[in-house]
Amino acid sequence: MDLFSVIFYVFAVITLGAAGIVVFSRNIVHSAFALLFAFFGVAGIYVLLMADFLAITQLMIYVGGILVLLIFGVMLTQRQIAVDIKTGTIQTIPALIIVSALAGTLVGMFWVTVWRTSGIPPVEPTASKIGELLLTTYLLPFEVASVVLLVALIGAAMIARREKKA
Amino acid sequence: MEELGKTILKLIPVIGDQLADISVLVFVIGAAPPLIFILLYALVTLYTEMKVSAHIQDRVAYMYTGYHGILQPVADILKLIQKEDTVPDSADKTLFRLAPYLVFIGTYAGFAVIPFSSAYMGSNINLGVFYLIAASSIVVIGLLMSGWASNNKWSLLGAMRSAAQLVSYEVPTALAVLVAVMITGSLNLNEVSKFQDGGIQNWILFGGPMPITQKLLLLPFTFITFLILFLAGMAEVNRTPFDLPEAESELVQGFNTEYSGMKFAIFYLAEYANMFLVSAVATSLFLGGWSSPFGSFMSGPVWGVFWFVMKGMFFVFVQIWMRWTLPRLRVDQLMYTSWKVMTPFLFVCIFAVGLILVL
Repeated sequence: MDLFSVIFYVFAVITLGAAGIVVFSRNIVHSAFALLFAFFGVAGIYVLLMADFLAITQLMIYVGGILVLLIFGVMLTQRQIAVDIKTGTIQTIPALIIVSALAGTLVGMFWVTVWRTSGIPPVEPTASKIGELLLTTYLLPFEVASVVLLVALIGAAMIARREKKA
Repeated sequence: MEELGKTILKLIPVIGDQLADISVLVFVIGAAPPLIFILLYALVTLYTEMKVSAHIQDRVAYMYTGYHGILQPVADILKLIQKEDTVPDSADKTLFRLAPYLVFIGTYAGFAVIPFSSAYMGSNINLGVFYLIAASSIVVIGLLMSGWASNNKWSLLGAMRSAAQLVSYEVPTALAVLVAVMITGSLNLNEVSKFQDGGIQNWILFGGPMPITQKLLLLPFTFITFLILFLAGMAEVNRTPFDLPEAESELVQGFNTEYSGMKFAIFYLAEYANMFLVSAVATSLFLGGWSSPFGSFMSGPVWGVFWFVMKGMFFVFVQIWMRWTLPRLRVDQLMYTSWKVMTPFLFVCIFAVGLILVL
């Protein structure tokens, strides 16, 4: 086994193991922290696939943004106001059906798809290429996405700062 | 990094050549120099910090261990190693043990893209600074983890504050980095340093190696950006005047209240490493990194290390100086500085620099 496959399996084990903890842990805070390792493992696999920009963006957005918010929320609810967030298993049978259907579909797709690999070597300075494309070919989707985010931001601020009527 | 690892391994007699073929070993050895640097640097800074703070406050600090207490850091480390490593009964044991390592890993990961000289940098990726900003978010998680796992109100409050602080100061840091990146056109810190090579007048702080009119137009904006970058960096290190997460007078010790012995030492080491990291980023982006301030005089890969460490240490000194001079900010002042002062200023800087570069 060469270094590449060793690293791949290490990251795969990290991702799956952490994802397992996220799902099965009884302690919601453990689940939240385990997400860090799941995100990290996925980022590592992106790097192996030469998608370095995607990997770092994954870390930046999911670990630096979403996960911090998530942990903030979980931490505040758990110890500060003593609300128990339920982490038990309920509705086992419907869940089982849905999950097996989903898993079956995914595995089936993996089986059927003809995986094409391109012979073109990966583009070296990824960031500048992505930047160029975002400001030329994909300018409209890019701007629309940023407007949507801005609207969400203003909306969040509005809801959070709404003054109570007496 | 690979070449360095191979060269070092080949120096080992008899089995060196075989060892140089094991790629894992080459990577490990090649990644080690920053770690060795951090350990030595922490000893020096420990001493400097105590002495500088003492002299600022008209004291003399330690005088007995060795000449002017020069061996005191060694004694401190020995004490920390011997100390009992306590874990509070009601703490979340796994997370409590994991947190200090996570904080240090997050910091050390950043060192991978720091060019210590034109010949050595951990990983020569084209996304350098972007990676560094992303890696620092692991530190946030580590701090939150330590605060929560300690099961202590002070720790939790400290962790919350530090997370809020780090998340909001990430914005001005990233924007300030963007200004330097716009001028050089590269995210790779080594490329940015190379861009500024050739003497003090080429530093981006002074407008970069541009034609004279463009340089004079750029100068005020780059200067402001540098100041903001350094201040935002200081806030990310959690040191006075931005030390709300540890605020001794309010929160005992903040997120590391419950830690003792080696775990506490690792938090401390991470803090010191982070101080240098912030200075190193500011240096690489705005002060030429490893390039000599005298053009071709005293430049080269080895002198590069010298200049880089000197510039970095100068800003570490400035951080110590500010820590022991200024009082702590209030939470609202902290947020005000980040969102209402630094961020708008940087937007203006980015716009102006972009305009000047297009002209």
